[in-house]
Amino acid sequence: MNLLDVSGLTTAFMTGRGEVNAIEDVSFSLKEGEILGIVGESGSGKSVTALTIMDLLPKPPARVAAGEVTFNGERLTGLSDRQMQQVRGPGISMIFQEPMTSLNPVFSIGDQIMETIAAHERLSQADLRRRAITMLDKVGIPSASRRLDDYPHQMSGGQRQRVMIAMALACNPKLLIADEPTTALDVTIQAQILDLLMDLRDEFGMGVIIITHNMGVIAETADRVLVMYAGRVIEEAPVATIFDRPMHPYTRGLLECVPSLTEDKPRLVAIPGTLPEPARRPPGCRFGPRCAHALPSCAAAIPPLETLEPAHAAACFRAKELAPA
Amino acid sequence: MIGVAFRRLLSAIPVLLIVSLIAFGLMRLIPGDPAAAIAGVSATPAQIEQLRRDLGLDQPIYLQLIDYYRGLAQGNLGRSLLLGTGVFAATMERLPVTIGLSLYALVFTLLIGIASGIIAALRQNSWVDQAAMMFAMIGISVPSFFLGLLMIILFAVHLGWLPSGGYVPFGESPVGWLRSMTMPAFSLALLQAGLLARITRSSMLEVLRQDYIRTAKAKGLPHRRVVLKHALANALIPIVTVVGIIVSLLMSGAVVTEALFSIPGMGQLLTQAVLNRDYPMVQGGLLLVTTFLVLVNITVDVLYAALDPRVRYE
Repeated sequence: MNLLDVSGLTTAFMTGRGEVNAIEDVSFSLKEGEILGIVGESGSGKSVTALTIMDLLPKPPARVAAGEVTFNGERLTGLSDRQMQQVRGPGISMIFQEPMTSLNPVFSIGDQIMETIAAHERLSQADLRRRAITMLDKVGIPSASRRLDDYPHQMSGGQRQRVMIAMALACNPKLLIADEPTTALDVTIQAQILDLLMDLRDEFGMGVIIITHNMGVIAETADRVLVMYAGRVIEEAPVATIFDRPMHPYTRGLLECVPSLTEDKPRLVAIPGTLPEPARRPPGCRFGPRCAHALPSCAAAIPPLETLEPAHAAACFRAKELAPA
Repeated sequence: MIGVAFRRLLSAIPVLLIVSLIAFGLMRLIPGDPAAAIAGVSATPAQIEQLRRDLGLDQPIYLQLIDYYRGLAQGNLGRSLLLGTGVFAATMERLPVTIGLSLYALVFTLLIGIASGIIAALRQNSWVDQAAMMFAMIGISVPSFFLGLLMIILFAVHLGWLPSGGYVPFGESPVGWLRSMTMPAFSLALLQAGLLARITRSSMLEVLRQDYIRTAKAKGLPHRRVVLKHALANALIPIVTVVGIIVSLLMSGAVVTEALFSIPGMGQLLTQAVLNRDYPMVQGGLLLVTTFLVLVNITVDVLYAALDPRVRYE
């Protein structure tokens, strides 16, 4: 049984110009202990996918228009608020991009970790405190018992992200969603946080979804990769395959954007054009207008996500003919 | 936090010095002969001379100042010309009445203002929100004396539930005090409650958008806890800032309310003193009311530090 199954998930937002699908027909699954990377530009629908799974989008304006999420055998779509509260924390937990603003500035970090545990387990105050100290230890906060009463503003960005991770793991979740966990951090701290996440995955055995726009982060952490563009999944494959034989022209473009010191190529490569706004998406293949290989027929219909080789799917009409031999 | 309180108390000293100097200057700044002005047009030259000597205005200014501060140090603010009693004693009789009225009005303001602000923010753009904000608009627009009059007509004249005026000291009868003060406090509070509701609403809306609210939800906390702990604790910070201002607005608004409901408070005392050119009374009353408001603002600053650790550790 898969830990998480997402099928045909479509989330719509009510906007001034009518209802617009932020994500469309998103399907994927995740096994226990697996790390799935979701990669794409800002606005491609990565975060909306994660927030829809967590049911954290404000409704209205957001609405799950189609599809469903099944977690650990339980259908999450359509659960009541109260039932969903019990899933968040011990079931699925989440860390966010902005460690500087993701912690409440007026409560101590100990208080914020302990209340997470207290919301899901009946423990004495002393036990809560012990658990919080253990968690801070695990995420590598030195002299944890003293720092427990510190406030977020007394900590650096890297430390705050560690606290966020401690909080997210405090209830021993089966799935952790990390939404751009390192984007706001210094490069040296980024590597530490990623290492920490990998270690904790090994220790706790939870499934992880890492959302990022950084192919380097994907290469370092993920087992499998989902590439999103303009609200749709356009390619899915094991991490080695994505880097070796990307099939979608967009994925190839993303990989070419990674600057290289060794290869002989122009210093910085960019994909021409910009991601279309949700309300102004082109007909047919959404990447069409930016694609070097687009044919007039690409604008006729949205290419479906097709499994082209074992464990490798892409949504491009010309994937097979363009694939490197 | 004790450190904050101590620092604020220290910084209040120069404020009080300046206020006391202004109070001192008040009588000396009357154009022409202050003694003649205070005594009025029908006074004889002998009476004016007598008054000048009573008030110490015949002394050189530096001696007057020394005398004034020596008096302040001993709690002696001079004698009221109108009442013939000590200014300090007269004020201490009336100030608690006004403070009681203002604090009671503050309770109404906080209860109505904060509750309706939170509800409006949680149900943004719904009919509840619009009703609450319309109510706030009415509260802001209706003058408190007019509201007071309407309340007297309804609750005192027609229904006979509450007295139309008068005052019962709290120490004599708490129930009597509540009966006599409820209408004045409510009519005084409604304007500030309307303002506070709007401030609370926008402060809550701002806070509810913050990342840490999303974090609190992602942890699986119940909705009630997300709102009442995580959101409110942050939304209260700007609200507390206004509470200091609201108390001083309530105190000055109390002047009209006291007149309307014939409550013997500071408003009445000072109005009488001003109308009768009882300068020592005006001077002393001003000083004591200001001192009280300075203390209120120190309390607000300390509360501020209690609510926001970032202030505490500065």
